[in-house]
Amino acid sequence: MENQELIPHLFRTEYRKITAVLSKTFGLGHIEIAQDIASDTFLLASEMWGIKGAPDNPVAWLYTVARNKTLDYLRRDKLFKEKVSGQVAKNSRESDEIDIDLSARNITDSQLQMMFAICHPSLPVESQIGLALNVLCGLGINEIASAFLTNKETINKRLYRAREKLRTEQVKMEFPEEAEIGLRLDAVLKTLYLLFNEGFYAAGKDVTLRKDVCIEAMWLTKMLTENPGTDRPPVNALLALMCFHASRFEARTNPEGETVLYQDQDDSLWDKELICRGEYYLNRASSGQQLSRYHLEAAIGYWHTIKADTPEKWERILQYYNELLILEYSPIAALNRTYALAKARSKADAIREAEKLNLADNHLYHSLLGELYLGINDGRALEYFNAALGLAKSRADRQLLTEKIRKVSEVG
Amino acid sequence: MKDFMFVFRNDPAVMAGMSPGELQTSMQKWMDWIGGIAAHGKLVDRGNQLANEGNVVRPAKVVTDGPYIETKESIGGFIMVRAESLDEATEMAKGCPILFAGGNVEVRPIIRM
Repeated sequence: MENQELIPHLFRTEYRKITAVLSKTFGLGHIEIAQDIASDTFLLASEMWGIKGAPDNPVAWLYTVARNKTLDYLRRDKLFKEKVSGQVAKNSRESDEIDIDLSARNITDSQLQMMFAICHPSLPVESQIGLALNVLCGLGINEIASAFLTNKETINKRLYRAREKLRTEQVKMEFPEEAEIGLRLDAVLKTLYLLFNEGFYAAGKDVTLRKDVCIEAMWLTKMLTENPGTDRPPVNALLALMCFHASRFEARTNPEGETVLYQDQDDSLWDKELICRGEYYLNRASSGQQLSRYHLEAAIGYWHTIKADTPEKWERILQYYNELLILEYSPIAALNRTYALAKARSKADAIREAEKLNLADNHLYHSLLGELYLGINDGRALEYFNAALGLAKSRADRQLLTEKIRKVSEVG
Repeated sequence: MKDFMFVFRNDPAVMAGMSPGELQTSMQKWMDWIGGIAAHGKLVDRGNQLANEGNVVRPAKVVTDGPYIETKESIGGFIMVRAESLDEATEMAKGCPILFAGGNVEVRPIIRM
């Protein structure tokens, strides 16, 4: 791998490890210092490797530099050292040198504990996602702002407040107690789910960046499946659902960067390997009694990987959406259920149900009704598509609707 | 918004007499109906189905079994919904599949204690 690729690649995998280990060493209240040292380490790598070429073992090099930078920092800043030395392990009784444990075991544990800390119930969900993107995925302020379609100041403030909250709530990097783990894991899964959705559905234009966010969310979820304490059915179900969705990543955007809807996608572009992995995790999710929303969504995702429009497919999807809504209401599930109803029963049934949905401020509601009225009453369909266009915010959505309106008008 | 309970009554013999295929179709209809209520954000509690057997305890500790076996109206289950008014709740109940299988739905406002 060339340096230009090697460093971003290592940044993705190693930044969060170094940050997690150092945050654990210093205490979470000093997470910015941990992040600064991790960033400095990569800065030095890009300078040195650019001149001398990459070392034989780049990861070991990064860890050594991170360790040295930490020790330097502690030597320079005596006050900080006194503050943190009370809470961290020492190398030995004689020496007061702080131990920076970069063993594989501690790296894994620290990352998992960081996930639990970031998804602490005292933090608002948007802060959790912001921190996850910044600390766990190593995304910069610019990238996060562009993923959220917002400005740098907003993200800076959000992250600042989130770190303050970690401090004031004295959130610790530790595994939750056995009795608590179910609830705490639910919070982690919810954040990972939203993180993935941010990447998958966000309005941001940068497709590569959005794909990276999805991959990171999958990577973090996979890490939970690899740890015996967190390898639980809902975690596997969530990973399965991510695999099924991600399998369509290439097919859902055309070379012009426009969105391609599910029914128009070229299924030869669906990633078969990811579909297989999704099936593997869905099987692993099938142990135990618990049926989480992730199980239902993974099952829906699974049926979407079968292109052929059979009555069985849509019946299953409809029933999973019914179950999902009974478990927990969401506007998106309500709209998707209505679409499945049209496929499994009839458009007339779906229109009757859609009109009761009370989601008139959502552009997807109008798109759905437009879709349902196509072929029944194209005039009505056109009205709905125009209403949707008036409400749609993202460029991709507007493009899609404009194209629809053009096609319907031509026929009429 | 107020909460309402739907109490379902039917002759237990109706379900007992269904073939597996009919049972499945009936189940689908129930799921579509409750799923529809949930899709409108109006389901409070999916409730439960009640088994046919049971005991009734009466004064003087008299216990009789099979509460209403002789009647055609046994309580088969319940759900809880949310609606603006009794009228709206009643309107929602009109889509219940039990009405097409000889049963009925009792709609009752819930008084929170």
